[in-house]
Amino acid sequence: MRHTLNRLKPDAASMMRDEQGPCVEALLHIAGLRVAFDGVPTLRGINLTLARGESLGMVGESGCGKSVTWLAALGLLTRCAKVTGSVRLAGEELLHAPASRLDKMRGGQIAMIFQDPVSALNPVHRVGDQIIESLRLHRGMDHRTAQAEARRLLDQVGIPDAARRLGAYPHEFSGGQNQRVMIAMALAGQPDILIADEPTTALDVTIQAQILELLRQIQRETGMALVLISHDLGIVSEICERVLVLYGGHIVEELPTDRLFDQPAHPYTRGLLAALPSLDAPRQRLFPIPGGVPNAAEFPPGCPFAPRCDRRIGRCSEWAIELASLGGDIRHRAACLHVTSEPHQGEVVAA
Amino acid sequence: MARLIVVRLARALLTIAVVVTFAFVVLRAAGDPARALLSPETPAEAVEAFRKAWGLDAPLWVQYLRYLFAVGHGDLGQSMRDGRSAITVVAERIPVTLMLTAPALILNLLIGIPAGIYAALKRDSIADRLVMMVAVVGFTVPSFVLGLVFVLAFAVELPWFPSGGAGTWQHLVLPVVTLGLGGAAVLARFSRSAMLEVLGQPYIRAASAKGLPWASVVTGHALPNAAIAVLTIVGFMVGNLIAGTVLVESVFSWPGIGSLLVVSVASRDLAVVQCILLVVAAAMITTNVTIDLLYGVLDPRMRALRSGRR
Ligand SMILES: Nc1ncnc2c1ncn2[C@@H]1O[C@H](COP(=O)(O)OP(=O)(O)OP(=O)(O)O)[C@@H](O)[C@H]1O
Ligand code: SF4
Ligand SMILES: [Mg+2]
Repeated sequence: MRHTLNRLKPDAASMMRDEQGPCVEALLHIAGLRVAFDGVPTLRGINLTLARGESLGMVGESGCGKSVTWLAALGLLTRCAKVTGSVRLAGEELLHAPASRLDKMRGGQIAMIFQDPVSALNPVHRVGDQIIESLRLHRGMDHRTAQAEARRLLDQVGIPDAARRLGAYPHEFSGGQNQRVMIAMALAGQPDILIADEPTTALDVTIQAQILELLRQIQRETGMALVLISHDLGIVSEICERVLVLYGGHIVEELPTDRLFDQPAHPYTRGLLAALPSLDAPRQRLFPIPGGVPNAAEFPPGCPFAPRCDRRIGRCSEWAIELASLGGDIRHRAACLHVTSEPHQGEVVAA
Repeated sequence: MARLIVVRLARALLTIAVVVTFAFVVLRAAGDPARALLSPETPAEAVEAFRKAWGLDAPLWVQYLRYLFAVGHGDLGQSMRDGRSAITVVAERIPVTLMLTAPALILNLLIGIPAGIYAALKRDSIADRLVMMVAVVGFTVPSFVLGLVFVLAFAVELPWFPSGGAGTWQHLVLPVVTLGLGGAAVLARFSRSAMLEVLGQPYIRAASAKGLPWASVVTGHALPNAAIAVLTIVGFMVGNLIAGTVLVESVFSWPGIGSLLVVSVASRDLAVVQCILLVVAAAMITTNVTIDLLYGVLDPRMRALRSGRR
């Protein structure tokens, strides 16, 4: 890879500043998004906005709702999921939009890549054909043109000998190469937003770094917005300008990446940070937050984190949790009583 | 590839050898053909002469070696009942049986697979439950019971079709439907679970995520993968069909291989029984080889394995 992992993306960062303020209509606006599986509330009111070209990270332990947020937004959940709220893309409501509209949006405006690239590609079709399928869907190309474009895309995502590899099957690629193919497939529709759902979790460490660098480079080249879902705060902080921390189907903290390590406000975020492996600490210190994530059906009333929180007070299990901004900085908000009730800090922002 | 063919041929020959030996021993041990074929009043000298004529007086291992030697020369022996060559006796029944099994197999596939796939796509709907209910009934009721029920219903109560025999297309209807429905039920259940399994795979969600309309996801991405799994069971289906044919032919007095087998076993007509077993074994082997080849066509991972690229 030509670029080092530590370089930040200056153009997208400045673009973000223009989009500041609640009045500007963001590219994507999700409000009050709730999902219940067979009556069990799993996503419990997600609000988020995404600006053009922005890179947003989403972190949280397994089961907190990172994937479900985007599967719901794209209408990819099965019938047993009840989805309510609003998902507006450039002002247009997408939730429960007709299938034909959703098909156009998926891949064409919002593309998504998944955790396990090997099983996300169809084993019986050549990778070239799978890319060409996207090109024909979204760019109306004839087979010839699509073939050439597919070759260019494979080239772009760094697969050597692209022309020949178009005819190969997914099992003939390594995991990292398959993820590159997935990225090429996502790029085929020239989307405005790319959702990368733990794109490197199934890959080994050196390949992880290469794929992340590829994502960053592609975002820079195409100017699309990137949502990076990960367990790994380190990865997110390297790639993203802004981070959402999820717990129990809620966003519990939202902050600019540069504040993540210095000024985390929510006890859960702090716990996650303390759990980061450091070079000198022994391995078993990996997860110091006591307890585990309860089942979606067993979340307590009030703050979902209360059973595991070391700063818990009596009212924690009674209040309807809400994001409040810290020190008047609208870019940094947390859903914790200690943030809301500290008198010198900013007014409550409706979540 | 060449090695693979050699291995497969060797395995086929071994299978046939085992079948032949097993049948030889079991049939010889199970009773004396002379006594089964000749009437009880036959004088002792005549029985002895019969034994000598058919080589039944020699020790079992001599009979076995003689038999193997003859089979090796393409001679499967003569029918003890009418003296014609066993091959001729069996060969004239093959097309008669195929008249039943071929349409029954087509019925299996044409009803079973679409019903299973439809049920999977409409999972938990009323249609799904209905299909599965019918399939469970078809699956649990043995074919000869189903055949008898059909005879009672559509030959006795409602005299629409003949209850047995052969000759006109009407004679075909009940046995073919009996054989076809049982297999269709098995196939429907299996296709449904194969399709559900595929629909739950990440690549299906990924195909939807790239904007492919659902109908194309199903036809272009789900079906080709489900077909690989369904193919696995088709070999088993053919075996089932052959077993079912023996019963159904007996129920409907259909003059095919199945009826011939029943008669020949009862009368210890050794050469004919063994010839039938060889034909059945050959049919099963052919089916399995065909299925293996189809795997290669449907599944690129299999192709890679075979050509030794991995
Ligand atoms: N199809 C489904 N049916 C029922 N429950 C589901 C379904 N999909 C997800 N869930 C539940 O929703 C919750 C959130 O799942 P989600 O996949 O969003 O977690 P996540 O944050 O992406 O976790 P991970 O890091 O493991 O990917 C989990 O408790 C999960 O069990
Ligand atoms: S609201 Fe209470 S329980 Fe929840 S994170 Fe804050 S202090 Fe902990
Ligand atoms: Mg997930």
